[in-house]
Amino acid sequence: MFRGSQAPKKGSMSAPEQSGASGLYPQMDPLTILVGALGGEGGGILTDWLVLAATSEGFPVQSTSIPGVAQRTGATFYYIEIFPVKRTELKGKQPILSLYPFPGQIDLAVFTELLEAGRNMENGYVSPDRTTLLASTHRNYAMLEKTAPGDGRYHGEGILQAAKSMSKKVLLFDLEKTAKACGSKENAVLLGAIAGIELLPIPSAVLQESIRQKGVAVESNLKGFEAGMEVAQKKRKDPESSAVESPHAKSVNRKIPSELQQRMENSFPPVSHPLILEGIVRLLDYQGLAYARKYISRLEMLQCRIQEKEEKKDYALCLEIARQLALWMSYEDVIRVAHLKTCAGRFESIRKELDARSNEPVQVTDFLDPGIDEICSLLPSFLARPVLRLGQKFPRFGKLRIPMQIRTDTVSGFLRIWLIARLKKIRPLTFRYRIEQDLIDAWLGQVVRIMEHDQLLAFEMVKCAELLKGYGETYQQGRQNFDSIFRIFVEPALADRTQGLPSAEELRFAREAALNDPQGKSLETFLNKSPGKITRS
Amino acid sequence: MERSFAKEIESLKLGKNEVFYGEGILAITKALLQSGVSYIGGYQGAPISHLIDVLGEAEEILDDLGVHFEYCPNEAAAAAMLGASINYPLRGAATWKSVVGTNVASDALSNLASAGVVGGAVIIVGEDYGEGASIIQERSHAFALKSSIWLLDPRPGHEKFVDLIEQSFQLSEASNTPVMVEFRIRACHVFGSFVCKENRTPEYSRKNLLSEPEFDPNRICLPPGTYHQEKHKVEIRLPAAVDFIRKHRLNEIFPGDADDVGIILQGGLYNSVLRALKQLGLADSFGQCRIPLLVLNVTHPLVPDEVTGFCQGKKAVLMIEEGQPDYLEQALHVLLRKENQDTAVYGKNLLPMAGEYTGRVLLEGIAEFVSESRSHAIEAGPVAAEIQRVKKYILRAAKELGPRPVPKRPPSFCTGCPERPIFSAIKIMEKEFGKVHVSSDIGCHTFSTLPPFNLGNTVMGYGLSLAGSTAVGPAFDKRVISIMGDGGFWHNGLTSGVVNSQFNKKSDSILMVVNNGYTSATGQQYIPSSNDKTGDKFSDISIQSMLKGLGVRWVRKISSYQVRKMLKILRTAMTSKEGGLKVILAEGECQLVRQRRVKPENQKKILEGKRVVQTRFGIDASVCTGDHSCIRLSGCPSLTIKASEDPLRRDPVATVDNNCVGCGLCGEIAHTVALCPSFYRTEIVHNPLPYEVKLNRIRSIVIRIFQFCSGDRKPRKKEV
Repeated sequence: MFRGSQAPKKGSMSAPEQSGASGLYPQMDPLTILVGALGGEGGGILTDWLVLAATSEGFPVQSTSIPGVAQRTGATFYYIEIFPVKRTELKGKQPILSLYPFPGQIDLAVFTELLEAGRNMENGYVSPDRTTLLASTHRNYAMLEKTAPGDGRYHGEGILQAAKSMSKKVLLFDLEKTAKACGSKENAVLLGAIAGIELLPIPSAVLQESIRQKGVAVESNLKGFEAGMEVAQKKRKDPESSAVESPHAKSVNRKIPSELQQRMENSFPPVSHPLILEGIVRLLDYQGLAYARKYISRLEMLQCRIQEKEEKKDYALCLEIARQLALWMSYEDVIRVAHLKTCAGRFESIRKELDARSNEPVQVTDFLDPGIDEICSLLPSFLARPVLRLGQKFPRFGKLRIPMQIRTDTVSGFLRIWLIARLKKIRPLTFRYRIEQDLIDAWLGQVVRIMEHDQLLAFEMVKCAELLKGYGETYQQGRQNFDSIFRIFVEPALADRTQGLPSAEELRFAREAALNDPQGKSLETFLNKSPGKITRS
Repeated sequence: MERSFAKEIESLKLGKNEVFYGEGILAITKALLQSGVSYIGGYQGAPISHLIDVLGEAEEILDDLGVHFEYCPNEAAAAAMLGASINYPLRGAATWKSVVGTNVASDALSNLASAGVVGGAVIIVGEDYGEGASIIQERSHAFALKSSIWLLDPRPGHEKFVDLIEQSFQLSEASNTPVMVEFRIRACHVFGSFVCKENRTPEYSRKNLLSEPEFDPNRICLPPGTYHQEKHKVEIRLPAAVDFIRKHRLNEIFPGDADDVGIILQGGLYNSVLRALKQLGLADSFGQCRIPLLVLNVTHPLVPDEVTGFCQGKKAVLMIEEGQPDYLEQALHVLLRKENQDTAVYGKNLLPMAGEYTGRVLLEGIAEFVSESRSHAIEAGPVAAEIQRVKKYILRAAKELGPRPVPKRPPSFCTGCPERPIFSAIKIMEKEFGKVHVSSDIGCHTFSTLPPFNLGNTVMGYGLSLAGSTAVGPAFDKRVISIMGDGGFWHNGLTSGVVNSQFNKKSDSILMVVNNGYTSATGQQYIPSSNDKTGDKFSDISIQSMLKGLGVRWVRKISSYQVRKMLKILRTAMTSKEGGLKVILAEGECQLVRQRRVKPENQKKILEGKRVVQTRFGIDASVCTGDHSCIRLSGCPSLTIKASEDPLRRDPVATVDNNCVGCGLCGEIAHTVALCPSFYRTEIVHNPLPYEVKLNRIRSIVIRIFQFCSGDRKPRKKEV
């Protein structure tokens, strides 16, 4: 009895031999190739190339797919079977090829994106006794990963790990990057990589020839083929080399005034220095030295309390405060946006992103839409308050917005925004500045008081500052959510000690509810259940 | 059709003994020509669209043979074409996506089947069932049973496809009955080859005309003819069909040494079943199989003695039948009972009642049959071991991938799609009016029911959104919105929707016609309102004048990308005191078609040194705070996220990737809801005019001076 799962052995399948009474031909398996791709990545053309190459080598071949949905960004797959005995040797015998992949029966699995590799592993299409796995490590985020208000990304470490342990041979590399670097498309790079791993009984020259035969973007596809082949060959020579690179950007060493440097080193544990340094750099850029000092002072005020209380010495609270405080203190007002839109280097990076040649002009149009709120935030409070009151009285006026499309690459357009950025000097006089500083102090004050009793709860309170992000309506909603969480959970407990503190977990649930539903509905339902009675689901 | 099928058309010209290479559906198209059809008609839809697309462009071949071809406005019209075969020896074929197309065609089909045919009438249905299907999950089988239409389910392989198409015409003529041939999605898209025959000139056609109309009261669907026809179906046509199927061996029996058991299967599943058996060690790559197989290439009618004969002497058989109800399994029980045979029947008890029979499903079902039926010749151990091996890997993968399931990737609108802004506008409108009931339709726009829009409460069928809102509308405190594509409008929506609401005069709702110029979900085929100066196949019937002609007073036409304006119109439509139907025509060409045309044009111009301006959107990563509200209102594939380079921010920031086509929606949304100032639009000028280069240089020098003055001297690393 033979096992259907046995991998074909090269060279051992020239003449079929009769075996036993059952009349079956053993060890004559088709080579099976599964290509998992997304729409627009050219999986169909890749399939065509493979079919052309197999046909011109005289092998029986069959491919199938479910196109249509793929066109519209869904995940799809293509399935190819090549019978590795030439038609001439088969003497009229027809192999029956399958239209479906079978779990545990895939010889070559090709995935154009990391998530797709994971999806197909879940279905059993990668097995350690048979499958050569070729997958890209880059991510193309799925809709629900993208729409999450915070970080909804699926982390691919598990997939990378499984890819290595679940396959017979594996080649992982950043397909998108390789294709971009050689100015080609993903599918051509993959064909090259397939040639490079030398699994198919088809010489690489024939695979290459199929690109010419197909006649679609031949020049650039051949370049991609070369690049893919190189990646695969490098890997074969040095199987230990990891083609996977860390996607995280390294932080750059920055210089700050020595006074601040010293205060930082004196008061804070070394582990927190890089983060605090970033905070200082940010606030120096945002407002200036005095403001950066204010940041350090606020941190110092908290630090002595933290040091007394921190039990585990992992400084999680300290780090989170340093981060959230810097972000909050550099709140996004009109001046900040104007500054970022006109700062040096912006146009250069836009040009680089577009691959613009030096003689090619790039026009940049910015979309600004200031409303009464934003304009008032720039005024001193004695002017802002009456205007805002007027806005509340007359909603039509309150909702007034002035949509502007500004050509920032022209001198007049640039100057309009640049001049707003100049208001930086008077920022401390503005209405919004006053409000934000008061709120920050109130927040820090509450954190300090809670810290005495419950470190974890304090940590969660600090994290709530995450809700304050975005612009316009998004920001307003975040602010409301932030306020209601503090009003309902924290304030009553601080005012009346007999009530007892909410648990850190409750606060975390509330924060997550607010984050996951930006409209604030799920937070509302959550808060309606009074604190303390919340079921932990 | 914007795509060119020149290559495919060449393959339809192949003559005797030449080898055809190509897709399954093309092989089927070639088989029709080899069968000597006089006429072909159909309505597009995956997976049979290419049959229509290719023939639509193959005028030369069709004219040469004298074959009449029509792009039908819907499936009912296509089925009605087959009426030509009722009285005359004209062979004809119609095609559509099933089961939905068969639903639409069923009126004509019933009449056709009742009257019976003298010329072969064959219906090619693309059975859109299982993974990748885009429609409701039902079987075409039911139609075959209730109307007495014979149903073929061919075993995959181009040669078999082509042979069976030719034989289905003969079957149709031998039994005076229309024949339906179903092809599954993958079978239509399978690449393969076969040896051709010469295309056959039809006996009668535009080239050899009929002159005498035939009158036969028994072929008219009116009593008493209908009573005669029903009797004729069971007394004459059915036995004739059974005889033909038996005589020409349309069904196939493959012997095996484990002959105390057997498997009966639909022809279309043959390759999968054989592969499953092979994986279990019970078959080889060439079709040698240890368990005997009865492959039903004809699934209706069954040949009773063929089935009972196969079961003779077997203690158990497995019926492999995809979909439900389990018509074949029930029929098998009846046949065996009538013959008093005690063969045990396995089927839906081991295989799932609903859903596609994929590799894994068949593998596990067949393995179970082997262990339950205990054939004398088969060792159960190795079979069970193989199943264990597969299960082990699946479990292991699940363990290593961790508890969070891999996110699904549902389909969505293409980059720059003109339909997306409509739903952005409705979503923004809902902030003012609260949620509204949306009656959705069939088309790309049905994707609005998926994230991020989640808009659409019901889907009633192609072109039926407006009709589907007539009863629910009056029951709501605010107006309901029906969405209809231009494809749906012509397919059915014009009469069942617009005419209906004008006729009943009770409608007070909003109809949004999504006018993108093509039936885009099926592959961008032309429709009556397609317009293009270059083509000659356009009728260019305007939807707007059609509405005017029907007396619809409230009609607004707008480019779908103008979200702000659209919002205004929606607001007016929701609040207007005027009753009656309010129609918004949202115009915007299918971006897929547009890019297919514009991209090469631009590339050519750039190479020729001509001035080309290309628009794209971008996002300032330092301004973006990572709340992703823009994505929730757009869902454009090119609007995505990336890791933040800001060391203080953990959440990924929004970014626009290279696929952006500069449709402008990002800017519109940013303006309409004052979301965020991070967006910017760029226009890169290729081959600029000399003055542009100079102006640009001066501008950047002045800007740099200002930047220098403000103390912003070095380009900040973070930005790059």
